[in-house]
Amino acid sequence: MQLAIEITGLKKVYKGGFEALKQIDLSVQQGDFFALLGPNGAGKSTTIGIMTSLVNKTAGQVKVFGHDIDFELETAKSFLGLVPQEFNFNQFETPMKILVNQAGYYGVPRMIARQRAEKYLKQLDLWDKCDEASRSLSGGMKRRLMIARALMHEPKVLILDEPTAGVDIELRRHMWDYLRELNSQGITIILTTHYLEEAEMLCRNIAIIDAGKIVENTSMKALLAKLHVETFVLDIAQGSTLPETLDGYALRQVDDHTLEVDIEKTQSINGVFAQLTEQGVNVLSLRNKSNRLEELFVTLVANNNLKARGE
Amino acid sequence: MMSRNRIALSSILHKEVHRFLRIWVQTLVPPAITISLYFVIFGSLIGSRIGQMGGFSYMEFIVPGLIMMSVITNSYSNVASSFFSAKWQRNVEEMLVAPVPNWVIVAGYVGGGMCRGMMVGLIVTVISLFFVDIQIHNVWVIIATVSLTSAVFALGGLINAIFAGSFDDISIIPTFILTPLTYLGGVFYSISLLPEFWQGVSQINPIVYMVNAFRYGFLGISDVSLWVSFAVILTFVAILYTIAMTLITKGIGLRS
Repeated sequence: MQLAIEITGLKKVYKGGFEALKQIDLSVQQGDFFALLGPNGAGKSTTIGIMTSLVNKTAGQVKVFGHDIDFELETAKSFLGLVPQEFNFNQFETPMKILVNQAGYYGVPRMIARQRAEKYLKQLDLWDKCDEASRSLSGGMKRRLMIARALMHEPKVLILDEPTAGVDIELRRHMWDYLRELNSQGITIILTTHYLEEAEMLCRNIAIIDAGKIVENTSMKALLAKLHVETFVLDIAQGSTLPETLDGYALRQVDDHTLEVDIEKTQSINGVFAQLTEQGVNVLSLRNKSNRLEELFVTLVANNNLKARGE
Repeated sequence: MMSRNRIALSSILHKEVHRFLRIWVQTLVPPAITISLYFVIFGSLIGSRIGQMGGFSYMEFIVPGLIMMSVITNSYSNVASSFFSAKWQRNVEEMLVAPVPNWVIVAGYVGGGMCRGMMVGLIVTVISLFFVDIQIHNVWVIIATVSLTSAVFALGGLINAIFAGSFDDISIIPTFILTPLTYLGGVFYSISLLPEFWQGVSQINPIVYMVNAFRYGFLGISDVSLWVSFAVILTFVAILYTIAMTLITKGIGLRS
């Protein structure tokens, strides 16, 4: 399958000497749903900025569907749709005018642009706001407006930089469904997010970037398979005496009614229940302590920091 | 490709014209009031005591200069404020991420500035008809001068906005450079009235050539050669366009 994005030896040194990207290599397959994760200041937005020509690169090569941004910038840009992290539309314009103008920048005639604007505003539940000043929209509506704007020229690659930041849970789930729908239509999606659960639920492939370096670039499945230990939280019924240890398992007492148990991939959770039942402990409920990807993410970033310090 | 660029250009132009029409109370009314006051005070009240200048009444003499003054300030300030505002709100990124060639961005903003400059010029011309009967010596000279001059100052406004880091920065050039050059550019007097030394100094002021070429279009008189005036204006268009293109291509003030 064709590569949608191919990044080779990409380097960025900002004025003042800060090295935001240290010769990274990255590729995204056409049709992929790809997550680019990293802590704040890791280089995610710089990478996206270079791809979309908002940031000048220092060295390296970026190709979009085989078109090098150094030689065929306009062709490369025509494939990309960007939903940036910050609201960056004219707050005094109406959503309809913002969308129609944006389509115009890509050469979409005004009449077609108006039809597309209506389609996307309806799909994203903004149609009733189409003629209101965009500054009056709520945060969630502004995010959806930026998604609609990025889709106006029907891009082959949609890049979303923290698209669900500040969006409530219900709306976030609607946006996930919408992004899945776009991906199923063949649009390649590249997503940066701080909600690791979001990346785990949506993305097939993932790259983790830290301090300007790619520390992991693999499939989500392969990455999650690296997780050796999961922590479960057990809510215990009142009246039960909490055990201090469980044979073969790491156990911690959080409070009078809560236990945490670490279970390795090779172990069965049945063993925990067997021992608790034997001791007369009544378990009311069970849940994962934290997002699995989050644990991996923290581990990978911590390892990278150790390497950087030469430890 | 040409079709895409044409649509992109018309989108930027449409956006720019719509912007200044939407806020017409801020963009079209103030210059009309200011120039009306100039007509009343300098033309009717003081002008009637000054007598003739270059064979014309003082009012007839200053009308072309005042029209040109409003064209200059409005074409400049339109692009300076609009482009800086787009930079400040970051919606300039809408164009930067799109396959819009840099010349289209420059042409779109400059075209918007020219439209406002010429629209204000037209309003001021209509107002001047209440004070004086305007004669037209050569309409093509008028059209060519007003178009090229508004292009020069729209380009100047764009360069100012590219460099500007705050709203204060877009008022420095108009206040400290543009206004003095305009007032000393022969709007209110013929430079032939100045001592020889100051006549020479005036000739390094580009606005002298613009005002005189414009006045020639109305009255058929000019302190400087018409061809020299056009050569100077065209040179400024070429130089400022090259600077604006270089800045946008390098991403100065736009890309990190």
